[in-house]
Amino acid sequence: MSDPAHLRGKCESNLNFLPEEAFESVVTSLPALISIGWAGFDPCPAAPPVPIPSALITLLLGMALVLAGLWVGYNVSLLPLDASSNAPVYDALFKVLFSIGTILFIGIVGLLIFSLVRFRRRSGDSGDGAAIEGNLPLEIVWTAIPAVVVLFVGIYSYDIYERMGGMTPLNDHGAMHASQPAGDHQHHSDSHGSNQAVLASSSSAPAAAEDQELGRVWGGIGVSTDEDETLTVDVTAMQFAFIFHYPDGNIVSGELHIPADRPVSLHMEARDVIHAFWVPQFRLKQDVIPGQPTLLSFTATRPGTYPIVCAELCGPYHGGMRSSVVVHEPAEFDAWLSKNTPPAPATVASSGSTPTA
Amino acid sequence: MTLASPSDFQAPQQSSPDQGGPRGLQPEGWLRYLSFSLDHKVIGLQYMVCGFLFYFLGGALAGVIRTELASPISDFVSRETYNEVLTLHGTVMIFLWIVPVVNGAFGNYLIPFYVGARDMAFPRLNAVAFWLIPPAGILLISSYFIKGGAAQSGWTAYPPLSLTTPALGQVIWIISVLLLGGSSIFGGINFIATILKLRRPGLKMMQLPMYCWAMLGTSILVVLSTPVLAGTLILLSFDIIAHTGFFNPALGGNVVVYQHLFWFYSHPAVYIMVLPAFGLVSEILPVHARKPLFGYTTMVYSIIAIVVLGLVVWAHHMFTSGTPPWMRLFFTIATSFIAVPTGIKFFNWLATLWQGKIALNSAILFACAFIVNFVFGGITGVALAQVPFDIHVHDTYFVVGHFHYIVYGGTVFIIFSAVYHWYPKFTGRMLDEHLGRLHFLLTFIGFNLCFAPQHWLGLNGMPRRVAEYDPSFTTLNQVSSVGALMMAVSTLPFLINVVVSAFRGEVAGDNPWKALTPEWLTSSPPPVENWIGEAPLVTHPYGYGVPADRLDLQMVTAEQIWSDPKP
Amino acid sequence: MTSLTSETGDLAQISGEVDIAGQGHGEPEHGGHADARLFGLATFLVADGMTFAGFFAAYLTFRAVNPLPENSSYELELLLPSINTLLLVLSSFTFHRAGRGLLRGEGLACRRWLVITAALGLAFLAGQMVEYFNLPFGLTDNLFASTFYALTGFHGLHVTLGVICILIVWWQTRSAGRIKASAPFGLEAAELYWHFVDGIWLVLYGILYLL
Repeated sequence: MSDPAHLRGKCESNLNFLPEEAFESVVTSLPALISIGWAGFDPCPAAPPVPIPSALITLLLGMALVLAGLWVGYNVSLLPLDASSNAPVYDALFKVLFSIGTILFIGIVGLLIFSLVRFRRRSGDSGDGAAIEGNLPLEIVWTAIPAVVVLFVGIYSYDIYERMGGMTPLNDHGAMHASQPAGDHQHHSDSHGSNQAVLASSSSAPAAAEDQELGRVWGGIGVSTDEDETLTVDVTAMQFAFIFHYPDGNIVSGELHIPADRPVSLHMEARDVIHAFWVPQFRLKQDVIPGQPTLLSFTATRPGTYPIVCAELCGPYHGGMRSSVVVHEPAEFDAWLSKNTPPAPATVASSGSTPTA
Repeated sequence: MTLASPSDFQAPQQSSPDQGGPRGLQPEGWLRYLSFSLDHKVIGLQYMVCGFLFYFLGGALAGVIRTELASPISDFVSRETYNEVLTLHGTVMIFLWIVPVVNGAFGNYLIPFYVGARDMAFPRLNAVAFWLIPPAGILLISSYFIKGGAAQSGWTAYPPLSLTTPALGQVIWIISVLLLGGSSIFGGINFIATILKLRRPGLKMMQLPMYCWAMLGTSILVVLSTPVLAGTLILLSFDIIAHTGFFNPALGGNVVVYQHLFWFYSHPAVYIMVLPAFGLVSEILPVHARKPLFGYTTMVYSIIAIVVLGLVVWAHHMFTSGTPPWMRLFFTIATSFIAVPTGIKFFNWLATLWQGKIALNSAILFACAFIVNFVFGGITGVALAQVPFDIHVHDTYFVVGHFHYIVYGGTVFIIFSAVYHWYPKFTGRMLDEHLGRLHFLLTFIGFNLCFAPQHWLGLNGMPRRVAEYDPSFTTLNQVSSVGALMMAVSTLPFLINVVVSAFRGEVAGDNPWKALTPEWLTSSPPPVENWIGEAPLVTHPYGYGVPADRLDLQMVTAEQIWSDPKP
Repeated sequence: MTSLTSETGDLAQISGEVDIAGQGHGEPEHGGHADARLFGLATFLVADGMTFAGFFAAYLTFRAVNPLPENSSYELELLLPSINTLLLVLSSFTFHRAGRGLLRGEGLACRRWLVITAALGLAFLAGQMVEYFNLPFGLTDNLFASTFYALTGFHGLHVTLGVICILIVWWQTRSAGRIKASAPFGLEAAELYWHFVDGIWLVLYGILYLL
């Protein structure tokens, strides 16, 4: 009865595949590990002998591969400009992933091409290759290494996610934005006055009035900094535009204007179908869902104008659903705000309403 | 001591009845392929041809997409039409091409051979499963021509969009997918029963060719996850037809629940598309490298791990939907872990090639290109599994690039490899190698030209499912469209090869590759009962490279199998 | 190397012992082993169960995260559904009796129990109809209502199909019919299906009515 097990032992008995050098090269690179098997493989005696290159050369090749991968990961720039505080954090993760990916890809493809060249069937040769059915220690090694790499990547990306604010609780805002009657409202540039979104006289507020009460937040990235400083903007997405409403100052705009270096929190809800709010330069995206408000918090760092792209199929004009986010210097932003704040209507019978300049 | 060599096999003679005519068919003729045949080989080839027809249709739809995207404005078709085209492209490719071909075509043809049976466990159910496909496909295509047009909400059909686009097209889409899902479930039941219950006496599970394990794992996924999609689409259709509010926020529903239910099927669906391909690679590489499959036991465990993990990672498609932070974290970790068993399989395949004697024919070229492409796609996949990374690239062309590397660069390349490998068995004739290499070159170059640039596009701001884009992306989009054109052209040498070789190809004989699995130990094409006489007991399907005189084996020639052994 | 050997390595040894797949015991007309057919049905029922599982998951999620409108509640009348549950559970026992009767060759007893089972099934369906007519909410009233009707309706379809199967089995257990003690698959299959439907109801009852 054929039982290859005894054969397996036979083929493996000549293996000295864990030489001392191997442990050093474990630290260096994966291809070097494969070279352990390579250097150590002593095929069944009946097969034609494979010239065994020195472990040193393969070690050097492995090191070169790692260095090349690291170089590519850290020097080949594939991402757009970074314009928010979490963009460099994201980019750091990207570089790590890119490096690891390059090393793995070049390593594996290199091995494959080497095999195809070195072990191609010569014409006229109708014999079989080496009868190697398995190699448990080697398999353990190439199970353990990827597991460790994957674990490392996972832990590192958790750290990045946390630094991006991903683990911040979402639902502290439930009570924050209860609508308030028109009354004293302070211009946000006054000290720390605007810690509550205050509505102007409700009758002149557009239909955005309904998204003032945030209620339960269904997803997104929460605010991790002091509430006082955060600029809150209500975002309404509809087919096929984004509308931005500043509860403070009651501004309605088709573009998002924000100050640099100040935390911003977007309260988002859609009118009709699912849309998504994406600014590539911020490396942030969040679906905007009808009936289920979501949140996106960030701090812009680089003044400029960046695209806001809808990133969820929302109908025929999905491709054209774009807007812009204009990041101002703080003084410029104040100017924009005051320029665009509508004056308090004089006809509303509210004594003590303070006109804003 | 000498190694067993293929020359030790006595060249088997042509002893099957009819070798002439298209595809070397059995005496009843080619009309059998248009009939309700119960023969698993006929059904397998029905799935194959039908699948390829839908592949060409899906490819034409892709052609429309890439033509539109060659310019940054919407100028080729109307925007509604474009959305219909992209919806149909995805739906056709998944449900009418890949799933039927890797499961239904190769599965039905090969599994009975591998378990040593004359046919599948339920031949009638098998035929029913196939014959659900052409009507469902025709129904789906016909929706394009009705008033309101076909479904426009993508193959994912997210509500509320799918509730606001023209209803009839969406309902037809739902019915079509339900029929195709049903076909898939029937097939899955058949494979599980055949592999577990119909094995030839004496054949143990751990002696089966790896493709059987892959199909077993795939079929378990099919049976567990496809019904959930069916239920979800039924609820969606209620929303459309009866105006219930399951997924309609205006009526109190929850759109994120739809996404959970949808992806509970659709993530295992990608393994349903890729695991059989993994199984096919495991069959092809040992034959052409003339070496045993490396690490059989670990390969089996990897398949089991992929099946189990594949069921618990669905929400990595929903990282930017409204899911809580802890959920995102869980799915990141679970998804990252799938890389480990998958990686093991790739290292095992590389080790299978190592120190082999690799024939550089079309089958191997496509199989090796699969390794290259899939590793690339797998690396971008591990990146996508990380929540912070995905937040930036979700729903962009980065994802489009990633999954095409997996499904096309992965599974479709394997389908081609498998066609080159098994065509001699199906038809009794060899495919032309020159045309095969031309096909390979055009496909490989065209494919990479088309999909590699898309990763950069996604990283830099191009969302998916758009007919218009930022003009600064024009050049790369044009490069991608040229690649798509090359892919279209690459089908020509393949088609010519397949059609002409059926009549004029070199006669293959029973076992042109000198392979050891049971389908090669009979005539090409095989007789109706698969073998004349007993089914061979192949306990060592990857026994290449084993020196003849070291083992207590008997060399089996085809003749010994065909004649009834005396009791 | 292909190994065509039995324990003794003798090629010829194989021939006599082999039960060529598909031609052993069981119904040869299907070309499949009888075991395989029941196994196939069981696999199908796993698939069917997963459809229900999807509905249950949706229901439970809706219940956990989606608030109901102001003046509606999850409370349902329990009397009629509880009676229905008893009927259905009883019918599983009666079906089992019918199976036993068939295997013992007691054709009359078998058919009697089949009729009782069918009657219990029909009574269940009637009870469902009565419940439907007396409910204060309609299909589209709210999320809970929709899910309730979807779940119980889908189950009711399964019960209807089951009753039809019972009647077909009853017809086939006549002396001229195709189901006999030596070929019990038809009844066994219908019985397995019926137990499945019963089991699903128990889960449904627990989740919809008791929770």
